[in-house]
Amino acid sequence: MNIFKRVYVFYRDGFRNMEVGKTLWLIILIKLAIIFLILRVFFFRPELSRYDTDSEKAEHVIENLTKQP
Amino acid sequence: MLLTSSLADASRLQFALTAMYHWLFVPLTLGLGILIAIFETKYYRSGDESWKKLTRFWSRIFAINFACGVATGIILEFEFGTNWSNYSWFVGDIFGAPLAIEGIFAFFLESTFFAVMYFGWDKVSKGFHLLSTWLTAIGANLSAYWILTANGWMQNPVGVEFNPLTARNEMVDFWSIVFSPTTLSKFSHSVMSGFLVAAIVVIAISCWYLKKQRNREFSLRSIKYATVFGLIAIFALMATGHTSAVTVARTQPMKLAAMEGLYRGENGTPFVGFAVLNPKKTFDNDEKPYLFNISVPKALSFMVDFDFNTFVPGISDIIEGGYTYKDANGVEKKALSFQEKVDRGNMARRALSLYAQYKDDQDTVKRNEILSQAKVYLDDNFEYFGYGFLKSPEESIPNVPVTFYSFRIMVMLGGYFILFLIVCWWLTKKKILEKKKWFIFFAILSVPLVYICAEAGWVVAEVGRQPWTIQDLLPIGASVSGVSSSNVWTTFIIFAVLFTTLLIAELKIAFNQIKKGPDGIKWN
Repeated sequence: MNIFKRVYVFYRDGFRNMEVGKTLWLIILIKLAIIFLILRVFFFRPELSRYDTDSEKAEHVIENLTKQP
Repeated sequence: MLLTSSLADASRLQFALTAMYHWLFVPLTLGLGILIAIFETKYYRSGDESWKKLTRFWSRIFAINFACGVATGIILEFEFGTNWSNYSWFVGDIFGAPLAIEGIFAFFLESTFFAVMYFGWDKVSKGFHLLSTWLTAIGANLSAYWILTANGWMQNPVGVEFNPLTARNEMVDFWSIVFSPTTLSKFSHSVMSGFLVAAIVVIAISCWYLKKQRNREFSLRSIKYATVFGLIAIFALMATGHTSAVTVARTQPMKLAAMEGLYRGENGTPFVGFAVLNPKKTFDNDEKPYLFNISVPKALSFMVDFDFNTFVPGISDIIEGGYTYKDANGVEKKALSFQEKVDRGNMARRALSLYAQYKDDQDTVKRNEILSQAKVYLDDNFEYFGYGFLKSPEESIPNVPVTFYSFRIMVMLGGYFILFLIVCWWLTKKKILEKKKWFIFFAILSVPLVYICAEAGWVVAEVGRQPWTIQDLLPIGASVSGVSSSNVWTTFIIFAVLFTTLLIAELKIAFNQIKKGPDGIKWN
């Protein structure tokens, strides 16, 4: 068996034989789905992503840092 | 745009919630990984199957904890970009480099060998499996190192040069960032606290088995090794706590003053063992700082400088300035007053403003002249840049009661754990531990206490450095983004509900596995 097949079988058997591990993976997947598909998409858009270039981002931050309150 | 305190407070609260949840899982991963590797090394050397059983059971607890904690840290990175965009931009590549190394190197090391550790029993050689277990444990601790490098830089920003054209800090000395005294003391102290958490958790679960009169040999052996591991950790914590205090005294004197509730320093400053703070005390009145206190004369001076007569400044001294202190490099300097720092911070901000205003000016001669002058002003005053945002001395003082009492909680619990572990070692040596029901009670009680201790340490570190996101360079008010505070509150509630639900589910799995015990588990 070549190395790739052996690695594949290693992981396949490992996952198949899991008991508690399956529940843990389910929790991890739910967590990642909420984090990346809901929170990241709807709530956590990087503030500076609305600017296209680094120079625009720099200008925005410099304006924030130099504007007198 | 400087934003309202409600947005800053919401963002801080959200970050605190996420970081504290994250730190519920990290310390056990750091310590238990090493303890499991030690158990497996015993198995590898002796071939004794009972060591294998020990290794596999604690690996299971490690895996559950790992699964609980995974991805909770990712949200912190989201928050940087969304809630703290000025800060994220301002830190430049300082955060990027350590976090990238953490992601590419340490986390890959950890997660790759984690699979071998779990799926590889009886499928790979004993030696390779042992190597995988050690690499998983080392990978977890290396991850912590790179994260704490980033955090250490925020507490003591060294090795960078500010570029006024981009408004970013640029790394000029990678090694001074990676090996700054703050990073080294933070890493060693945090990792040792993780080792202590692991030791206490192992002792407590094993004591629970003894209470239930099951898995006796397994439990006594686990307790024996965890006790020695815990004793090493607690004494290392004392040593690294001392080096942390020395570093804090030099780089964050206001934090040290808040930790001690110290308003007026003296040559030969006492260390406050326990005290009740006077709520009426402020930096500019003559009220006594404590309603009641037990102090050790001159001990604080000795702790931070190995000299019983060293002057340790209090909060009012730091506001007024004029005293002599040693900087991070041990060089003696005269302290500036709050107002002098504000003036220099304002000069730095004006210089940055001039830079922005004239960098594209068509008149080359005029532009070069103004920019070169502005650069001189900026470089000369940049170390106080953040003070330019502060309006009153009160803004430069962290929450004293929270910092003070958190520090006392951490230290007192540390004292309790020294006593607990010495008693545990003695009872184990005399082979009478299982007969001492009172000790078993304290062992189980110690699990929440050790987590409170670990979290209290972080509260001291993070609340004590307020108002700074980057010490002296950027206060929280100037770090936050222009997002709406209602948005931050919405995500705060989502996090609180999500994390708590997952925590309950995950704890249920962990308790279920503990109940099954080392004999009742189907492996994998």
